[in-house]
Amino acid sequence: MKEKKSNPRQTGSFSRRGFLKGAGITAAGTVIASSGVLSLHGQAPDTNKTLGPDTITISMKVNGKMRKLSIEPRTTLADALRIKLQLTGTKVGCDRGSCSACTVWIDDLPTLSCMTLAVEVGNREVTTIEGIAKNGKLHPVQEAFIEHDASQCGFCTPGMIMSTAHLLDENSNPTLDDIKSATRGNFCRCGTHPKVFVATLDAAGKM
Amino acid sequence: MMMETKKIKLPHGIPDYNLTEIEREIPTNEPPAWPVNNELKVVGKRINRTGALAQVTGTATFTADVLLSGMLYGKMLRAEFPHAKITSIDPSAAENYPGVFAVHIFDNMIEGANPKDTEQHDYPEVKYAGQPILGVAAISDEVAEEALQLVKVGYEYKDFVVDLDEARKEGSPVVFTTDVDQEASDGGEEIEEGLKSQGNVRGPSEGSFYGGPRGDLEKGFTEADIIIERTYRTQVQTHVPMETHGVVVDYNKGDVTVYASTQSTKGVRNDFADHFGLQKSKVRVIADFTGGGFGAKHGLGNFGVMAGHLSKKSGRPVKLMLDRKEEHISAGNRPNSIQYMKLGAIRDGTLSALSLVSYGTAGVGLGAGVGHIAQAMYECPNFKMQQYDVFTNAGPGAAFRAPGNVQGAFALEQIIDELAVKLNMDQLRLRDVIDKSTIRKVERQRGAKLFNWSKPEKAGSDEGVIKKGVGVAQAHWPRFINLDSTVEIRVMRDGAVEVRSAVQDIGTGTKTILAQVVAEELGLNVEDITVLIGDTLFPIGPSSGGSIVTGSITPPARNAAYEIKLKLLDIAAGRLETETENIITKDGFFIMKDNPDKKLHFKDVLSRMRTEQITATASRSDDYGGFLNGTWLGYGELGSVQFAEVTVDTETGFIKVDRVVAAHSCGRPLNMAQIESQVNGGIIQGVAYALYENRVMDKETGHQMNANIDFYKMPYSFEIPEIEIEMIEDYGARTSTDATGIGEPANIATAAAIANAVYNAIGIRIYDLPITPARVLAALNKVKKNNDE
Repeated sequence: MKEKKSNPRQTGSFSRRGFLKGAGITAAGTVIASSGVLSLHGQAPDTNKTLGPDTITISMKVNGKMRKLSIEPRTTLADALRIKLQLTGTKVGCDRGSCSACTVWIDDLPTLSCMTLAVEVGNREVTTIEGIAKNGKLHPVQEAFIEHDASQCGFCTPGMIMSTAHLLDENSNPTLDDIKSATRGNFCRCGTHPKVFVATLDAAGKM
Repeated sequence: MMMETKKIKLPHGIPDYNLTEIEREIPTNEPPAWPVNNELKVVGKRINRTGALAQVTGTATFTADVLLSGMLYGKMLRAEFPHAKITSIDPSAAENYPGVFAVHIFDNMIEGANPKDTEQHDYPEVKYAGQPILGVAAISDEVAEEALQLVKVGYEYKDFVVDLDEARKEGSPVVFTTDVDQEASDGGEEIEEGLKSQGNVRGPSEGSFYGGPRGDLEKGFTEADIIIERTYRTQVQTHVPMETHGVVVDYNKGDVTVYASTQSTKGVRNDFADHFGLQKSKVRVIADFTGGGFGAKHGLGNFGVMAGHLSKKSGRPVKLMLDRKEEHISAGNRPNSIQYMKLGAIRDGTLSALSLVSYGTAGVGLGAGVGHIAQAMYECPNFKMQQYDVFTNAGPGAAFRAPGNVQGAFALEQIIDELAVKLNMDQLRLRDVIDKSTIRKVERQRGAKLFNWSKPEKAGSDEGVIKKGVGVAQAHWPRFINLDSTVEIRVMRDGAVEVRSAVQDIGTGTKTILAQVVAEELGLNVEDITVLIGDTLFPIGPSSGGSIVTGSITPPARNAAYEIKLKLLDIAAGRLETETENIITKDGFFIMKDNPDKKLHFKDVLSRMRTEQITATASRSDDYGGFLNGTWLGYGELGSVQFAEVTVDTETGFIKVDRVVAAHSCGRPLNMAQIESQVNGGIIQGVAYALYENRVMDKETGHQMNANIDFYKMPYSFEIPEIEIEMIEDYGARTSTDATGIGEPANIATAAAIANAVYNAIGIRIYDLPITPARVLAALNKVKKNNDE
């Protein structure tokens, strides 16, 4: 056993906040643009303006309603929804894009809200688990999840539903493999997968 | 005072096998026996989960979702070195950081094993990388994190050890220099008190609640025709509940409210009251929805203590949720194991001797024993086990779904499989010889039929690169009971029926089964029942651990409903001008037996109550016919048999579990849909344990290398096998509901069944978990074995 005298803390760490503080939103915008999401939608924020670290006010359309919120530029979409708008249906399981519990739709595209900054949303529309029931009627996937006991603890459930409801909105006649593919990023520790598959297949028949 | 009793007849045995009736003496105030499930209306059926609507619409409130006015966010500074003495802490820069409201430094740790020395230190000694040192409460998570960066800690570093084999060696760095003890949680793990340590090795523990050694090992091995001696190794597995551990504490001048992501509201309440010197009634713990636990969420935890101090100091509510990395490194794990097992058998299959020596590490904690399943499952006159806990500089273990039995079954059920192969006997036939359990016998029969089991082909006999294999393994879990299980039922004039208990629902479906039991007794539907649980303001309930809840909390729920029913029958009898004996409750009506046209609606009867509300409270009574041990171990068992079919690619080593058939029992099944969900979960966790999960510690730094969800491999949608479940009703006539839980047994046999199926596919047995492609290829001599794995 080698004796360790050096303090690992001194090697330095790299936080999301530190990065944004040093680079400003311009750099963050560049990084995001290169991922293709913003360029695809042509919604890059005004890159001439340096934002933060102080709070800024943005507008965001969420579940059909225009909302104004005061956030720090580093605020993730997940935190903006959960803390600022008190829409806590969107869950954060890992905060690094590997469990999909935080899945929301941005302009109908399933997106990990823990890996998205609130300022990135621009004038696209965000839909969360609270927003997919229409006119007081549950989405068929929500109905089917209840009917087939596709939830246990329920923490992954909103993400599972945002993935499977999106699939059915795009493809009302999916195969089992399509469903597995749509939920391949959704981690569930309770083991609800078999019932998520059955529920989604059943809901497909009712779309 | 002698309890008044009466004699009743109850269903006993297994339908379509040996179902009969048995007479038991029961307390006078308990209801008559329910018939078997197919004669009931609500119990045993597929009833939608109570709370599912909230879950699917995002309105279910987990602790992580709690937002209180003025709430602060707590974060803890964690040691970056695995073994050190803290010489100084300077938190002044953090205290002065804008947005910080409180800083607190720990003076001791409440998780893991406790040393017996009473020497006072300024700070707790650091014993694992990630041990918390201090915490701050600030206006946001981010500000709290920034403040932590400003804290200066002086360490005196010490040698450390994180590896089980290294820790056992003489001259290894020693984690605890004095003897230690630890109270077991409610999760079902066993910790023998008062054992001595030598270096890092504590024990042996040679007994369990089933007793000590049996017979004479040496004689048993002399009599044996066949002796098999093997070493099995299992890995450390972390719980990874989707919602991490955490609390929101509102320490309001000594009237404390704690929102907790917990599987034990009373456990958190008791720990909090103890730690802060408060009466239990001053601490209210609320757990509305809990995002999974799997054994790791029984107590307050260091994080809960910290949140308490931060809230007390700041005078504001403090939320402290662990992040995913903290969850892996500090919030519990299933200890690993090395199991030296030796089996002696006679040519007809009878076991003559079984010995087990095991070592495992729960890091800085205790509870690594694995021997209880080997002790309990099969007839074997000569048995001895020696279980050792080994300390390492790693986060404390915790009860994890069938603690000990999952590790133990991996060894036991492989050695039995190997014996069957050596005897050229069908694996099920061998178990018919050595297993005296009736329920597992029926499970073998019905499971085999569903699986289409026949004596497996010679191992590895598939032609070609892709090979198929089948395997079977069995499980045993005791019937644990907790008498601290009380239910209050309130009915109100407007028709409301409420069920109240402090018991929590962590995804196990407890809310639903309480509604079902009460609905069945009152002749109502589950929609008529409001279940209010997960709050210590309500009567005490059991911890969700050890498959204890269903068997403990549903009998008092039914008994309290029965007491209410008797009162309502009086009212109905008065209105209908008949005797109470002449009235039955059915479909929401009180109906006259001899004149079914004369009936009263349930709500109508309630509206006639003399008072606004009638309340009945019942506590768990003793099992009918008494207990096997104390007041906590019942007669009977939760047996199960699981069959697995796998495909192994012998060129890549890749294993796919294609299909699992699971034959299970849990007394009287209460809700088939939820039982299936539990069994699915146990199997999927078993697949993960067999093939994927592995906490990897870096020996050079003492840190976990994969403390996240991306590198800590677990199954996602494409790894899920096809699962079929054969549920067997097994009436024991022990309580008014005769139901038991199923969380633990669902998880025990899976990994062993898969390992046996892998052997059957490739013809070579793998003794180490997880069975990775690298291990398969090494077993097939296609790559060099990696000793570090």
